[in-house]
Amino acid sequence: MTLGVVMLVHTGFGRAAQMARHWAEAGCPVIIHVDSNVAATQYDPFAQSLSEFPDIRFSTRHRCEWGTWGMVAATQDAATMMLEEFPDVQHVYLASGACLPLRPIEELRDYLALRSDTDFIESATTADVPWTIGGLERERFTLRFPFAWKKQRWLFDRFVQLQQILGLRRKIPENLVPHMGSQWWCLTRQTLDAILQDPNRAVYDRYFAGVWIPDESYYQSLVRLHARKIESRSLTLAKFDYQGKPHIFFDDHLELLQRSRCFVARKIWHDADVLYRSFPVAKDPERATEEPRSGRVDRVFSQAVKRRTRGRQGLYMQSRFPSSDRENAVGATPYAVLQGFDDVFPDFRSWLTRQTSAEVHGHLFAKDRAHFVDESTVYRGGLSDSARLRDYNGKMFLTNLIWNARDKHQCFQFGPADSQDIRWTLAKDTQASIWVVTGAWAIPLFASDRSASDVRAEAARLQRIEHKFLKSLRSPEARARIKIKTLAEFIEAPMETLQTIIDDIAGHRGTALTEVPQMADLTGLPDFLQDLKNQGMHPFLTGDITENAAAQTRTVPRRKPYVISQK
Amino acid sequence: MRAMRKGQELTPVADRTRQIGPDDILLFCTFRNEDVRLPFFLDYYRKLGISHFLLVDNDSNDGGRDFAQAQPDVSLWTTKGAYGDARYGVDWLTYLQGKYADGHWALTVDVDEFFVYPFCDTRPIRALADWLDASAVRSFGAMLLDMYPKGPVGDTTYERGADPFQTANWFDPGNYILSRNKLLNNLWIQGGPRARNFFATKPKQAPALNKIPFVKWRKPYAYVSSTHMMLPRGLNLVYDQQGGEKTSGILLHAKFLNTFSARAEEEAVRGEHYRAGQEYKTYAERHGTDPDLWCQWSEQYINWRQLEILGLMSKGNWA
Repeated sequence: MTLGVVMLVHTGFGRAAQMARHWAEAGCPVIIHVDSNVAATQYDPFAQSLSEFPDIRFSTRHRCEWGTWGMVAATQDAATMMLEEFPDVQHVYLASGACLPLRPIEELRDYLALRSDTDFIESATTADVPWTIGGLERERFTLRFPFAWKKQRWLFDRFVQLQQILGLRRKIPENLVPHMGSQWWCLTRQTLDAILQDPNRAVYDRYFAGVWIPDESYYQSLVRLHARKIESRSLTLAKFDYQGKPHIFFDDHLELLQRSRCFVARKIWHDADVLYRSFPVAKDPERATEEPRSGRVDRVFSQAVKRRTRGRQGLYMQSRFPSSDRENAVGATPYAVLQGFDDVFPDFRSWLTRQTSAEVHGHLFAKDRAHFVDESTVYRGGLSDSARLRDYNGKMFLTNLIWNARDKHQCFQFGPADSQDIRWTLAKDTQASIWVVTGAWAIPLFASDRSASDVRAEAARLQRIEHKFLKSLRSPEARARIKIKTLAEFIEAPMETLQTIIDDIAGHRGTALTEVPQMADLTGLPDFLQDLKNQGMHPFLTGDITENAAAQTRTVPRRKPYVISQK
Repeated sequence: MRAMRKGQELTPVADRTRQIGPDDILLFCTFRNEDVRLPFFLDYYRKLGISHFLLVDNDSNDGGRDFAQAQPDVSLWTTKGAYGDARYGVDWLTYLQGKYADGHWALTVDVDEFFVYPFCDTRPIRALADWLDASAVRSFGAMLLDMYPKGPVGDTTYERGADPFQTANWFDPGNYILSRNKLLNNLWIQGGPRARNFFATKPKQAPALNKIPFVKWRKPYAYVSSTHMMLPRGLNLVYDQQGGEKTSGILLHAKFLNTFSARAEEEAVRGEHYRAGQEYKTYAERHGTDPDLWCQWSEQYINWRQLEILGLMSKGNWA
């Protein structure tokens, strides 16, 4: 049996001629179709260069604009010619000038000989095909497309819209179920002949001439009417990017292609000399019957598409800059913002580090400088501790920090004495967990031993700022995970909140707390707060702290945590 | 118009533009007293696959002009015009680009900028150009990445023809800040060792690092300010705004070599650079022009894949 090749060429004639010779030398007749747009100055030398091969012939030329009927008409004529002029041909392989056989053509021929009834053509119903572009899945079969997508994009889009609005529909010919798939197929003589000789062909041709990208649906649909056995896959390895353009193979894909064991691959870059030298690979009797497996190639290229369409979460760089209304998550990974805890527990940071092995920073947004975990002047990624530099673009300071150190859970202290410009970014970030003990700023004021009248103004200022922060956190736009407790509520049952924080940060590694942080001595705090009130400054964010609760904090040493892990 | 007028200031020294083939990738560059750097620069870009160099010599007096003139793939013009008045050399190059680059991929860089793009170790620049053409992309972004040595910059030695990244092979991996310029739609990128060391107290003045050096040139195109941004504005959209990553590269910036101190002092006096050389004045004031930019979080350069993983550049959907 013989394998015939129909080759579509519109550019890269040097390589196309090389490939045509390849096929011909392996004993395959080749019918070449050259786009009628190609000038004679290019066509003539190309045809001339192949004239020594009697079994390389040229078919009637059509104009092949992308997405239009010309491509199908070209293959129809070439295939008809193939069947008529080469009666030995049992399978016809549709290829392009940029298709490169990876395995010996003999192996492909043997493979097909063992499957003499099988048509290899990717053919799926439109409902199941996710790879189409522009949302025209079903509609490519029911609308009309008089305008070129590439050159008259505006008209193309408007005309589609118009038809959608008016509800215009074309009728699909009877018996025909639209199918789609890769345009690179390999069909048996019998099936191809049946398609080309179908008594209804005129009807189908007229219909498909108005379908959008018919070369991906004409044979794919009609084969369903005539084939005995369909293998719905292409023997040509061809990957497409998110815009529907074929991925190009370069020299450094050598190993990937070798391992794929596919018979033919496209598209090959015209200057990929290493690939053109290395393929087809030499015959290897032990591997001659191996099935193609393109899994690894699929992964590489689908990763590329994913990178282009979704990108790396939390990365802001020269070619990825999502507009702020496009993203719910700002940071690369979850992180924790802790407000007030270091006022209640003087050694809170070291305690939290021991409990979670997270990276526990001080006040990153402090007015004087960024207090990184180790108080160093530079942190990972080369982040400077300079407050000016940080506040110049606080959001980028935060996203850089989280991105650079995304291998660890980042926590930092926040408070009303810090720069506040970052508050909306924090509130809106789904990656942020924000824990606030409101009114905790009163503790350092109380501990300063200054009188209430001395610190009155400062207390009022901190309260005002914290109140503003709380308003952001309680706004409908806030998407962070937010837990707010007043100081009074918190000191009643601190372990409950602390355990939740630990569980949140350490995840499954979180265990019941074994060690409790030492609380500041709050005895006398209620009196201090009452003094503030007497001065006319009501510290409403602290909540009502009873002398009893405050006195409890003095119990030293604490014996045991009195909350059981929530898990 | 402006470029046309500035074009008058150029005197051809070696015009080999007839050698330019229709598919050639062209490199445009202005230089002044860079004899020491030119040999490595030309070799680097020849290896990437640049077919023809179009260079403007701004009144060099160190022999660099003669060296460039003797190269078989260089077309050279010279001018005594003031660098600052010609918008830091952009006007001269715009004139040449309009005349010679129409329909070509054009790479516009300084003598101390070295273009790195995804797969540049295995694929020539022609492969990138062809892929961009196939993807209907007209312009390609490459952020400027300041490279520096470990230890005082003045302690390094740079030999003519040597690879500057033998010594200046450290960089800041993750402290770049971006914002969008609403007027021209380009990103404005600052940061790196210069912001960290010299501009911490005046971050707004930190130098811009966004660059669009590689463009499929059309006659009406023009760079607005160095190669930071372009007109028409659509060319500045080298970034994705929906969360995806477009393909991008890096310009390795070999600024911080021992040649830096002398240059900083000279340029501070000359005042021809951006903002009247204020940047250079800052260097001179801050560190006696011999700074040590290295810190414990500096990263040592390996290859483009490292830059890709760090998130400084992206393969996008090129695989």
